[in-house]
Amino acid sequence: MLFFVVETVIKTIVVFGVFLLFCAYLTLAERKILGHIQVRIGPNRVGPWGLLQPIADGLKALFKEEVVPERSDKVLFIIAPMISVSMALCLMAVIPFGDHITLFGKKINLVIANSEIGLLYLFAFASLADYGVVIGGWSSYNKYGLLGGLRAAAQMISYEIALGLSCVGVIMISGSLNLVDIVKAQAGGHWNVIYQPIAFIFYIICALAEINRTPFDMPEAESELACGYNIEYSSMKFSLFFVGEYAHLMIVAAVATTLFLGGWHGPYLPSVVWFLIKTFLIVFFFMWQRGTFPRLRYDRIMMLGWKVLLPLTLANIFVTGLVMVLAR
Amino acid sequence: MIVLPLLKGLKLTLKRFLNPFSIITIQYPEKKREVSPRWRGIHYFAKDEKGETKCVACGLCQAVCPSNVITIEAAEEPGGTRYPKRFLINLTRCIFCGFCEEVCPKDAIKLGRNYEFVNYKRSDFILNKEDLLNYDLVKP
Repeated sequence: MLFFVVETVIKTIVVFGVFLLFCAYLTLAERKILGHIQVRIGPNRVGPWGLLQPIADGLKALFKEEVVPERSDKVLFIIAPMISVSMALCLMAVIPFGDHITLFGKKINLVIANSEIGLLYLFAFASLADYGVVIGGWSSYNKYGLLGGLRAAAQMISYEIALGLSCVGVIMISGSLNLVDIVKAQAGGHWNVIYQPIAFIFYIICALAEINRTPFDMPEAESELACGYNIEYSSMKFSLFFVGEYAHLMIVAAVATTLFLGGWHGPYLPSVVWFLIKTFLIVFFFMWQRGTFPRLRYDRIMMLGWKVLLPLTLANIFVTGLVMVLAR
Repeated sequence: MIVLPLLKGLKLTLKRFLNPFSIITIQYPEKKREVSPRWRGIHYFAKDEKGETKCVACGLCQAVCPSNVITIEAAEEPGGTRYPKRFLINLTRCIFCGFCEEVCPKDAIKLGRNYEFVNYKRSDFILNKEDLLNYDLVKP
């Protein structure tokens, strides 16, 4: 029992620290990647290759004045960024980031919580993270913030369904909601992306909408909403929203790796390295497409969600079930 | 049909991303951008052989200046040659049209190639005769 507690605490601290570090450096990576895509250089003044830029940004945000609008709903206004960031960080608990290792004669699974309902937990908390955006936009007594929050709510509802449905095929194949079992079922190159390629594409599209990134960044559309839901936020609250956003981005990529790309499986390299390589490849794709695609119009996004993705994911489930029954 | 242009776009941006020679950024304080030969920067006075200004305080530049930047107070030497006792250019109002340079019969006032002129006080932006002859300041 004691060993279990110590093991979990150590794993939590390590994962939490490394994860936050990744989130901080994702901001730099995004700026660098977008810079090079737009034939610029990106930040390169703070430290070599701009490596200290995230630290400088964080310090700067800490020292900024904290403004709470007078007519805002103050409790919700303060809670919103906390919801956004904490829910995104909670998600990391069920992601298996490596095979088990043996330390001091004990077998240690490289996952914080080996939950039987891991996937369900993921979807539940991923939806809760969106409440941060909705509440933040709503409580700040600003018309742009309100519009951003409204859009976030609408988008959340319409893409959550397709996101969940795109994962059902994987659940059907592996027969489990436990993420460790799902990864283990993909051993030996039987990655789910081979059996569910369309579901993988749908998952990526829905995930982009879920984490409010371009081309689906409706809640914070700069050109029409002037930053949207986080318009009234300043100082650390603003950067909490940012950390939450990047944490969510990484989680979504990690889930895609777990469900479709065989998780930690891969030859020669240690399992954790494989997991990180796959995750960051997907993260890179997210940033790459951000530098490529323009934002969709609002009604188009809704149309894509309800009229295209929902029927197609349902059809995908149907075909998967049919093939499974016929192949049996 | 919908997907193909999207993939084309992704290909283009990936090409840009992977090609380090496509970067067009100029690392500004270390490397400066070359200005065009007709560039109109900060004003300066052309000097005669004695190192004095060629200006004879005719007042044409003062008259032609569309934003009333130039103030001249003329004076006369004992030999009868005129010179500007005071010559002020208010850079905060100047639009760098170059009319003063064009109209000057003695080619005394010129617009240089310097575009970096930063001060802490507004009063420092009013150049007098000595400033216009001080090439270390105006960097023609």
